[in-house]
Amino acid sequence: MRIRPTLSVTPEALNLDSRDPFLARLAMILFHPLKVLRRRINAYVASRVTRQPGPVAIPRHRIYIVPTRFGYGYGVLLLVMLLGAMNYSNSMAFALTFLLMGLGLLGMHHTHGNLLSLRLRAGKVAPVFAGEEARFELWLENPSPTTRYTIALGWPDAPPAAYLDVPAQGHVAGHLPLAAAQRGWLRAPRFAVATEFPLGLLHAWTWIELDMNTVVYPTPAAEGRTPPVAAGDSGHTASHRAGVDEFVGLRRYAPGDTPRTIHWKSFAKLDTPLVKHFGETIASERIFNFDALTGLATEDRLSQLCRWVLDAEAAREPYVLALPQLTLGPALGEAHQHACLRALALHGTST
Amino acid sequence: MSATVNSYLHVATLLRLLAVLLFVLAPHFARLPGWETAAVLAVIGWRAWVAQRHFTMPSKWIRGVLALAAFVAVHLSYGRINGQHAGVALLVVMAALKLTEMDQRRDVMVMVFLMYFVCTTHFLFSQELWTLVYLLLAAIAITTVLIESNHAGETLPLNVTLRRGGSLVAQALPLMLVMFVLFPRVPGPLWGLPSDAGASRSGLSDRMSPGDIASLILSDDPAFRVRFDGEAPAQNQLYWRGPVFWDFDGREWSAGGPVATAPYPVQLQGTAIGYEVTLEPHRAMWLFALDAIDQSQLPPASLIAADGRLLAEKPVRERQLYRAVSHPSYLAQPELPPLHRRLALRLPRALNPKTVALAQQWRSEGKDDAAIVDAALGMFRNELFFYTLKPPLLESTSPVDMFLFETRRGFCEHYASAFTSLMRAAGIPARVVTGYQGGSRNAVGNYYTVRQSDAHAWSEVWLPARGWLRVDPTAAVAPNRVEKDLESALGAGEALPFALRRSGSALFAQLSARWDWVNAQWNRWVLAYGPDLQKDLLGRFGLEGWRDLMLAMIVALSAVTGVFGFIALRRALPARLEDEPLRHWRAATARLARDGLIQKSQEGPQQFVARVIEQRPELASQLHALLKAYLAARYIGDRSATPVLADQARQFRPRRIKPVD
Repeated sequence: MRIRPTLSVTPEALNLDSRDPFLARLAMILFHPLKVLRRRINAYVASRVTRQPGPVAIPRHRIYIVPTRFGYGYGVLLLVMLLGAMNYSNSMAFALTFLLMGLGLLGMHHTHGNLLSLRLRAGKVAPVFAGEEARFELWLENPSPTTRYTIALGWPDAPPAAYLDVPAQGHVAGHLPLAAAQRGWLRAPRFAVATEFPLGLLHAWTWIELDMNTVVYPTPAAEGRTPPVAAGDSGHTASHRAGVDEFVGLRRYAPGDTPRTIHWKSFAKLDTPLVKHFGETIASERIFNFDALTGLATEDRLSQLCRWVLDAEAAREPYVLALPQLTLGPALGEAHQHACLRALALHGTST
Repeated sequence: MSATVNSYLHVATLLRLLAVLLFVLAPHFARLPGWETAAVLAVIGWRAWVAQRHFTMPSKWIRGVLALAAFVAVHLSYGRINGQHAGVALLVVMAALKLTEMDQRRDVMVMVFLMYFVCTTHFLFSQELWTLVYLLLAAIAITTVLIESNHAGETLPLNVTLRRGGSLVAQALPLMLVMFVLFPRVPGPLWGLPSDAGASRSGLSDRMSPGDIASLILSDDPAFRVRFDGEAPAQNQLYWRGPVFWDFDGREWSAGGPVATAPYPVQLQGTAIGYEVTLEPHRAMWLFALDAIDQSQLPPASLIAADGRLLAEKPVRERQLYRAVSHPSYLAQPELPPLHRRLALRLPRALNPKTVALAQQWRSEGKDDAAIVDAALGMFRNELFFYTLKPPLLESTSPVDMFLFETRRGFCEHYASAFTSLMRAAGIPARVVTGYQGGSRNAVGNYYTVRQSDAHAWSEVWLPARGWLRVDPTAAVAPNRVEKDLESALGAGEALPFALRRSGSALFAQLSARWDWVNAQWNRWVLAYGPDLQKDLLGRFGLEGWRDLMLAMIVALSAVTGVFGFIALRRALPARLEDEPLRHWRAATARLARDGLIQKSQEGPQQFVARVIEQRPELASQLHALLKAYLAARYIGDRSATPVLADQARQFRPRRIKPVD
């Protein structure tokens, strides 16, 4: 199965005679009439696709259907059988040929029906690093009482990424992987929902563009470089015993807490003692400053910051990300990491 | 290009394919040479075994050698690789060899196409009624494999694909019927047929030697079926004229005779009998008719030969339907041209001297032609001649002498041959006519079935002023053969094969009559349906010419596919909600969805309505009423609110904000 390519008009394709675009077009029509036709159809189809939040139900007038390679082969087979039946005046051969012709005609309706009124809903998509593949989750819902078999999902110009069977009145998720080349927002382009079930002789498809986006983090830089010490700091604060410097709040008593830290004032009212909790001062090595990375291009700086964020997170040590317009932290955890990486991803972009 | 949904071929899919292939090939096995059947079965078995062990396919070289070997073997078996039999043998073995390179789903598609084609070739050999069952079962089975190969991932359960395949084929049946009746038929063939085209069938031959008809008579196959317009003639008048023989070499009779295109003047007398014949294909040119046929009402594409045979323009390879009119009383060729006389008198006299002597003895007794005919018949009738299917072999250089004077046991061809020889020896122009005599009436359909077992040979003599007269010497020996049937004519100790026995239980007779009737209808309406019948049938409905037919076919096809398309559409639409209030609510809010106002999954009806009213204040009163009715009907359970809701929902027609294409 193949998702029909968009076939954008490339300059090379039209470069038959660059001096005269009219001649070039004429030559194209003469030598590749099918290609020109398909291009036209695709342009028409593409013009009817609008980006929408979804969910989208596939309507009747948005399903396009053409024979597959096997469909054409089937046509040739039937033609040969018909000629044979005529030549031999063989009634049973006529009967079989006509039966198969009937199958082909019905296959059109069944293939069309296999796609009709399916609902598509954008699912989750996890952020990725540039150079990785984003996986856009799509939910297919089948509100009808018949199972839809072998529904293909894929981008234009590429083989289908997933085949799904959608049970009657059920739903199922599929994933569309898309290479994330650059940091920033990655918008899922229009994709195709297609099927050739049940006979494989016809290819029915529709194009849908759901409003699916994800953040692409910068590619983490290679390991090795250590964060520079912030100017004005001794660089040795990190040697202080962590966890005793600043009062952060109260927490429940846990075995091992020294009596010195117990918050006696509240002990009278509560069953379990509370202890005073002290956070650590952030080491200057854990302050990742965009401006401090001199001598590097912007993208390299972002990559480097990304690497440090990941390393700090792996070491379970709180950190601060300082960008020209934005400072995040000190904090630790998934949400903080995402906020930092997202800020890196979107640095300098309008959104 | 990833052409198929999944290049990996599941074992279960493959095993199903092999089973279907076996079923599709099965009827061919009976016709193929033994080595080929064995080879094909071996390849299929090997493929199944290999599939379970996940071995790789043999290399290109081995496959090439196998294919070449198949070509050579077919050529050795048939002496050719084209033609109907050899061509089919080659197709079957190639289909089997395709299995040795099949390990992808794409190959399954090719295999499916091959199987459809192999299925067609079967009908070149047989188009009996049972092949319709075969056609349907094969179509369902192959289509099931096709559906299976187009499913990605795990093999679908067999009942799912079978139901799909079955329902597709069932839906295609009306389309098949429409096309079968309306598709404009052209008279075939479009190009040459191979010399071995058509089903192989028993039938009369273009020569006759002792024992030929006796062997034919053991076949119960129908030769043709006849329906008379009015009353059928008596059984002993049913002489169906076939090949006529003039040349005799002392043992074997062959055609000879005058040029076939010479005229055969016949004066018709008495009443006319009209009838319709459905002739089974026999690969020869002759058609069968009662004597003497009205030459002004010949069937299309036929002619009368110089000896009264009815000939088709082309060999009869397919069932043929024709009408003819005959007159039982006639005067055939009152003037015998000298050439005809000479041809009808030729006799290798030296070979059968006793026969010649007997005829000359009658002549010298002063008998005239008619008296000599009577004398010969009298001899058969009064002397000890026996009618038997198992005559002693006439291993002699003078077989007619031996038969007439020694063995005196024979079948119709012996008597016709001896009688004609006697007549010629006496100087009376005579010839042998073969064909069929009689026929059994089918009470169910009121028609006659003439079988190979009704094959017969008789003589014709030419008498001055009376023309050619039919003389059946067998009737003199065994009157029952002509009056009744073969079984009653044979001697007591001689039993016919079971299938040929007409007497027997009434139930069996009744059943076989019904079965024959069904077959007759099948032949008459389905297998003989060609350009002529189509013209006749559709002309009655005012459809003339291929333009009318094409138009009618397209209209009918569109109507039928429209119906099934509509059914497919309905099945694809969302299932009707059981919850009636929710259904009305959805129907009403769907009209807002067109403008992008969609109730979110986490949003209650009240919140949704509030949100909509923010954007479309003009709908406030309508929406409130709708919401009230909905809440009452669905959540409070107020049954009386449901019709109100239905009303509200029906009347809720918000104006659309932006036109959508």
